[in-house]
Order: sequence, then structure tokens, then C-alpha cells
Amino acid sequence: MAGSCPLAALPFAMTDAPPLVKIRGLRFSRSGRTIFDGIDLDIPRGKVTAIMGPSGTGKTTLLKLISGELTPDAGVVEVDGQDVHRLGTDELYRFRMRMGMLFQTGALLTDLSVFENVAYPLREHTRLPEDMVRKLVLMKLEAVGLRGARALMPAELSGGMARRVALARAIALDPMMIMYDEPFTGQDPISMGILVQLIRRLNDAARLSSIVVSHDVKETCSIADHAYVIAKGRIIEHGAPDQLFASRSPWVRQFLGGLPDGPVPFHFPAPTLESDLLGEPA
Amino acid sequence: MIDALAQLGSRGIAAARRLGRGHLLLLAVLRGSGEVVRRPRLLLQQVFSVGVLSVLIVAVSGVFVGMVLGLQGFYILSQFGAEATLGVMVAASLVRELGPVVTALLFAGRAGSALTAEIGLMKATEQLSALEMMAVNPIRRVLTPRFFAGVISMPLLAAMFSALGVIGGWFVGVGLLGIDDGTYWSQMQTKIDFDKDVINGVIKSLVFGVVCTWIALYQGYDCVPTSEGVSRATTRTVVHSALAVLGLDFVLTALMFGN
Repeated sequence: MAGSCPLAALPFAMTDAPPLVKIRGLRFSRSGRTIFDGIDLDIPRGKVTAIMGPSGTGKTTLLKLISGELTPDAGVVEVDGQDVHRLGTDELYRFRMRMGMLFQTGALLTDLSVFENVAYPLREHTRLPEDMVRKLVLMKLEAVGLRGARALMPAELSGGMARRVALARAIALDPMMIMYDEPFTGQDPISMGILVQLIRRLNDAARLSSIVVSHDVKETCSIADHAYVIAKGRIIEHGAPDQLFASRSPWVRQFLGGLPDGPVPFHFPAPTLESDLLGEPA
Repeated sequence: MIDALAQLGSRGIAAARRLGRGHLLLLAVLRGSGEVVRRPRLLLQQVFSVGVLSVLIVAVSGVFVGMVLGLQGFYILSQFGAEATLGVMVAASLVRELGPVVTALLFAGRAGSALTAEIGLMKATEQLSALEMMAVNPIRRVLTPRFFAGVISMPLLAAMFSALGVIGGWFVGVGLLGIDDGTYWSQMQTKIDFDKDVINGVIKSLVFGVVCTWIALYQGYDCVPTSEGVSRATTRTVVHSALAVLGLDFVLTALMFGN
């Protein structure tokens, strides 16, 4: 796993259960730019797994590849033993009923109220009577602390509340896994604390498997059982958060330490300053 | 020279790709047509938003276009002593040409641009992706009802435009310029052919409804999901729809009324 990663031997040898998500030899490029260059990655069942890395390294793309929204150039993505990219359209849609995803913006349907947003997947995929839908929706909203906000419209919610409603919607069908795309970005400390706690609590209470894509190191490491660090199309490190902080990789040290210069340079590639200042104008 | 040729070729390939994507989208929309039968409420909501909300601009435009036709027609026809045929001129112009064409142009500006902006924003705010992740096909759920709403609304709006235009022409011709009331209506009744004029006008408006709604949906669904991308897509919807309507109008007119 993870190519030349020094912690490769550590992650899930202790668990016998096959991983929920198994990625092998994944290659993906877009507009001529290589995003993933043959990565191997396992997401264990019942755990919170973090995928971290600097902006633009393809973390969200990885979630879209796992959910079958994007198709890789090469490699296999298996979720619960099924190659998601070999499924037909109808099979893929059925499979997605077992996945939940929390988008960076919440992605609530803006013409529906909070209640109707959470009820949406239930109404679409079940034939439950209306009073049962109501009870389920209220339970999901209670789980995220927003039962009292059920009549509000998405435009009336703060960013943190919108994400919590989206989380309630994502768990409406009791999925086996939830993918979180940058759940902490742009949140005030209180909202961030609530989201951090919710992700961990929901994962344990509902026996979910969670994938958290984020570059908020402190918050993500505080709830993750295992973490991967991605950069330059490869996995450069993985292991428990403590192991990552002990890593000697300069990439990992720069990322976790928030250092302005290092393997990810401060300066965008350019000719020397002298040649730029003294040479012909571009 | 080679660079210019390469650039031309590259643009041609990109245009062909867009055309291909547009046709595939139309195919996917049509394949999802069962959705509007299973969930008629979705269709009704969109008929309201696409059609009913366009009534005001179409109605007001229809009245004024009819009034202008009445005025211009009267001055031209009176030079030949043929002002009694004003009703025929107004009705034929509206039912054959101006009704379907002007309604389609107004529809593209009012409803088409709104459709593109709505779908583009749904894409930019990841609502379409969220539907995908909820195992809901966004083409069937979002695009198909809007497509059929556009196709249903356009002939109705065009009929309303023509009817109100005829009344506008009557108001100017009979009410203000003194043409005989009976002559205005009886000449129209005698000379306007239901099959050749009215039905052909309805066919035109149906075709324009398909084209304008298709362009609007495609531009929204295929746009770059940024504020600039949505803005450009909305502009393209209006421009492409207007050009398509005017071009198709010529072709359809030649087919319907040519010898």
C-alpha cells in the first residue's frame, strides 16, 4: 500500500475485516494534468479516515472517483467489494443509496425547506407513510441539533447550519458510509466544534464508515482513526494521526506544521527576479 | 498559417463536441419523459414557472405589436384603397410569422435565460451533484420536466400573442381609424385558412419551443460552474436561441408556404 510510504506496514493489519473502500493503481488526469499517478489506498470499516493535503491535490476528485461521479484513466475503485466503475447507471444509482456525501457548500436544494430537504431522499426512494417520514426527518434533525429549524429555508441558515442539515440529509437513508468534503472550511470555532463532534459521534452511533477530506489539520486529526496525506498525485504518508506527526517526510512536516516554504514552494515557478526586472517586459 | 489552421480545426472540433453533447443531453431528456407522466406535479410546477410567469411580457408585447401592425397596415393599405383588408393582414402576419417568432424571442429572453441561470447555479452550488449522490438522476428530475414545460408553454403563449395582437390591431383599425367592425372580422374569417395559417403557426411555435428550451437547458447543464460561466451561458442562451429561431423560421416558412 501507498508505494514507498515508510508507514505502509502499519495501518489495518490489526483488523481482519476487508476494507470498505479499496483503491488500487488509480490514475486520473484532467486537462493534461496528472491528478493521481497510481495510488493505492484502503478505507477501513467503522472508522473515521482522513484524507489530507494542500489545496488542489485532488482530494475532492478522489471522493468523486469513489462515488463513481468521475471515471479513472486506470486502476480499480472497489466499494464494499464492488467495482463502482463497472456498475451500470441504474446499479450505480442503487449503490449510491448506501453512500452519503456532505458537500463543501452543503448543496441543499434551495427551493425546499430544511424539513423537505431531509425528507427528499426518503420520499424519492421509499414508500413510507407521511407520518413515518415526519418522524424519521425529525429524528435526523434532532441528531444534528436542528429540529427547531425545520421550517427554515436554506437561505435563512448560516454556513454551519446548512452543513448540519446536509449531514441530516446524508444520513436519512442510513448509509454504510459518509464522505465529507471539506466540512470545516469557513466555519467559526463553535460551528467547527459542533461539526467535529457530530462527525465522530454519528460515525460511532450509527456504525458508519467516514471519509473526511480536509486541510484543517488540527480538527481532522482530532477525530480521525487513520489519515492519508496526498501531494503531487501520490500518497506521501499514512497512519494514525500520532504517527503522521512523528513523520520525517519534509512534505508531511511542511503540511502539518503549516510552514510557508518547503517541498511546496512559496514562489510559483518563474524566471529569476533579476532576469525579470532587467529583461524585456513579458 | 499552420497555427491559424490548427486553431480553426481545434475550434471546429470543440464545436462538434458541444453539438454532440447537446444531442446526447436531448436524448437523455427524452428518455426520461416517463418521469413527467409519473410525477405530473413536477411538470405543472415548471409550466407555471416557464409559461405562466411569461404571460405578462408576451401579452403586453402581443397587444402592442398588433397595434403597430394595425397602424402601419392602415397607412399602407389605404394608399391602395384596400384598408378593408386590414384584419386579414394583421391576422396573417401574426398567426404565420410574428406570433411564433416574437413569442420565441421573448421566451428565450424571459424563460430561457432563467432556465439556464437556474440550472447553472444548481451546478455551481453542487445541487446537481447532491442529487446524483442521493441516487436521483438530475436529468430526469430537473431537466425533463423543464423541457416539456417549455414545449407545452410555447404554442400556448404564441396563440395568446396572436389573439391579443389581433385585438390590438382591431383597437387601432376599428376603434381609432374608423374601419368597419364587420369588415375587419369577416375578411379575416374568409381569408385566414385554419390548416395553412393557424396549424402551420402552431407547428412553428412547437419547433421553436423545443429548440429554445433545449438550448437553455444545455447551456445551463454544460456551463462552467462559476459566476462568470453562468453569466456567459445565459448570454449564449439568448443569442443562440434568437439565431436558431430566425434561421429555422426561414426554413419552416419555405417548407410550409413555398411552392
